[in-house]
Amino acid sequence: MRTAEALRVALDALRANRLRSALTMVGVVIGVAAVIALVAIGTGAKEEVESQVEGLGSNLILVVPGRVQFGSAPTVSRLQLSDATLLGRVAGDPRRVIVTLTSGEFARVGAHEEFVSVVGTNENVPEVVNRPLARGRYLSATDVDTRRRVAVLGATVADRLFGDLDPIGRQIAIADVRFRIVGVYAEVGSTFGVSRDEEVHIPVTAQQRLVGVSRIDALAVKANSPGAVDELQPRLLQALERRYPGEEFSAVTQTQILGTIGRILGLLTLVLAAIAAISLLVGGVGVSNIMLVSVRERTREIGLRKALGARQRDILSQFLTEAVLLTTIGGLIGIGLGVTGAAALAAYSPVPAVVTWWSPVLAAGVSAAVGVFFGVVPARRAGRLDPVVALRSE
Amino acid sequence: MTQPPGSAAPAPAVEAIGVTRVYRGDGVAVEALRGVSMRVDTGEYLAIVGPSGSGKSTLMHLLGCLDRPTAGTLRVGGRDIATMAGNELARLRNRTIGFVFQSFQLLARTTAVDNVALPLVYRGLRGAERRRHAVAALESVGLGHRLNHRPSELSGGEQQRVAIARALVGGPQVLLADEPTGNLDTRNGAEVMAILDRLNSDQQVAIVLVTHEPDIAAHARRIIRVRDGLIASDEPNRARVRPRLPGDSEDDEHRPEPGR
Repeated sequence: MRTAEALRVALDALRANRLRSALTMVGVVIGVAAVIALVAIGTGAKEEVESQVEGLGSNLILVVPGRVQFGSAPTVSRLQLSDATLLGRVAGDPRRVIVTLTSGEFARVGAHEEFVSVVGTNENVPEVVNRPLARGRYLSATDVDTRRRVAVLGATVADRLFGDLDPIGRQIAIADVRFRIVGVYAEVGSTFGVSRDEEVHIPVTAQQRLVGVSRIDALAVKANSPGAVDELQPRLLQALERRYPGEEFSAVTQTQILGTIGRILGLLTLVLAAIAAISLLVGGVGVSNIMLVSVRERTREIGLRKALGARQRDILSQFLTEAVLLTTIGGLIGIGLGVTGAAALAAYSPVPAVVTWWSPVLAAGVSAAVGVFFGVVPARRAGRLDPVVALRSE
Repeated sequence: MTQPPGSAAPAPAVEAIGVTRVYRGDGVAVEALRGVSMRVDTGEYLAIVGPSGSGKSTLMHLLGCLDRPTAGTLRVGGRDIATMAGNELARLRNRTIGFVFQSFQLLARTTAVDNVALPLVYRGLRGAERRRHAVAALESVGLGHRLNHRPSELSGGEQQRVAIARALVGGPQVLLADEPTGNLDTRNGAEVMAILDRLNSDQQVAIVLVTHEPDIAAHARRIIRVRDGLIASDEPNRARVRPRLPGDSEDDEHRPEPGR
């Protein structure tokens, strides 16, 4: 039998039982739509996080104490401010190093109080990371050297504490210590779910006194170029390990962070897709079931077709075509629904969702395959029917 | 008996030699045929009669290659079907045999012309060609004006004529008709029988009627009586009904039993 003829017969059979065909398709529709939407969400999350990490700058090397790996407790830092000078020498330029010492504090303006992330850092912020100012100035070397009590506010902090007022030159109490505001950063968004706009930057020396320590949390070093990162990374570690014998340090690059995050989110996407695939499987079982019913209902028709010269293969392909048509139509509707759903999520909710080109293609292929897989048993049963018995059935 | 001109002896279209057919089910073996030998010659008109359960339907299924004998030899066109694979049997049914069933067996949601074209689908013919043959076959049974009607829009007699057109469309050597008038009233039944008579006389299609009605069997030139899975008699029909043409007046002299 020709393919066109098989398609016509299959379409006819599906039309004869519209409601039943539609209900059977629903299983496949939901399965495929779920796969598309969930893969889109997984992909969207991955792309968003990656773009945030890329925002850090691809030349950046983060230096932290201890070994960075899953399951290990954070190590108490022994890094000192002088290590910035050391690493600056290794990197060939002291301005390519920033330090951080972070703590959570209450910041007060008049009666208004906000909990903020206070970051002690140095004058190299504009050199090392992409952090444009909205107004005022960055922290200066003098601010750091003289432990001056000045602050640069993140966009959100400035907005919450001052609203429409210009904060430059005004006072802010951080942990009850008064600081003068010299700058406000432009909005930069969040990294790893932590809003950078809720930070307050003060000179690291002032922060050390505020917290009562002489250490720093971490350093970030900017290499000359993305190509120089791999070469610089081990030299930074060597310098530190020479200064602190027996201590471990980690230097991670953006590429490494991206790799790790990519693996985690890739796995997450896979898990989501697998869950959705289960519903597709259930839909497939429904197709199998309905095809068995269809074969039983049309036993006499099968007997007749065989009497008229249909081969086993003709009957098999007729029912297989019907099953594949059922799942493929369901799959196409599911793709439409999944793509629309993902687009709606991306447009009207904070959930990032990106439909990749391959997921609809794959879904179409998979739904056709589901038709073959779940259609083959009923179709073979139909093909093997004894024409004499089939003709006699009611 | 009409013989194709030029042939010394009628070539057997189908030949059964010592054929048995045993059905096994639920641990019980039922012998439907217990050693039957017979032949259907090219262009002949044969009736197989017998009470229900006599094995005549089983015999028809074997003659039509829908089934294989348990033992014995069945030859179609000179070839032993035991040596043929399923696909070859399907091809034989498609090209050599035509079936007409008591219950018509038309596809309900399919037009008359598409029903008739169905065997040609399995011959791999293109749509236009199938239609051309199907229209010709329908015209030959007087249904040229009913091409696009569905079975539900046709009378019983018309439905059976569509079924005959379907059996004919592939140009078979043998047409097997299983109680062809069983579901029809007298007038429609007579019309169907007239078509079969004409097919045999005009186109030399061998016709095998399977029936338990003596007045239907009376149309054949030879009558085989089957009883308990064996052939009880195989003899020429001496009281043959003269083939009637459509439009002839009702003629009851050949109907010895008025009721059914």
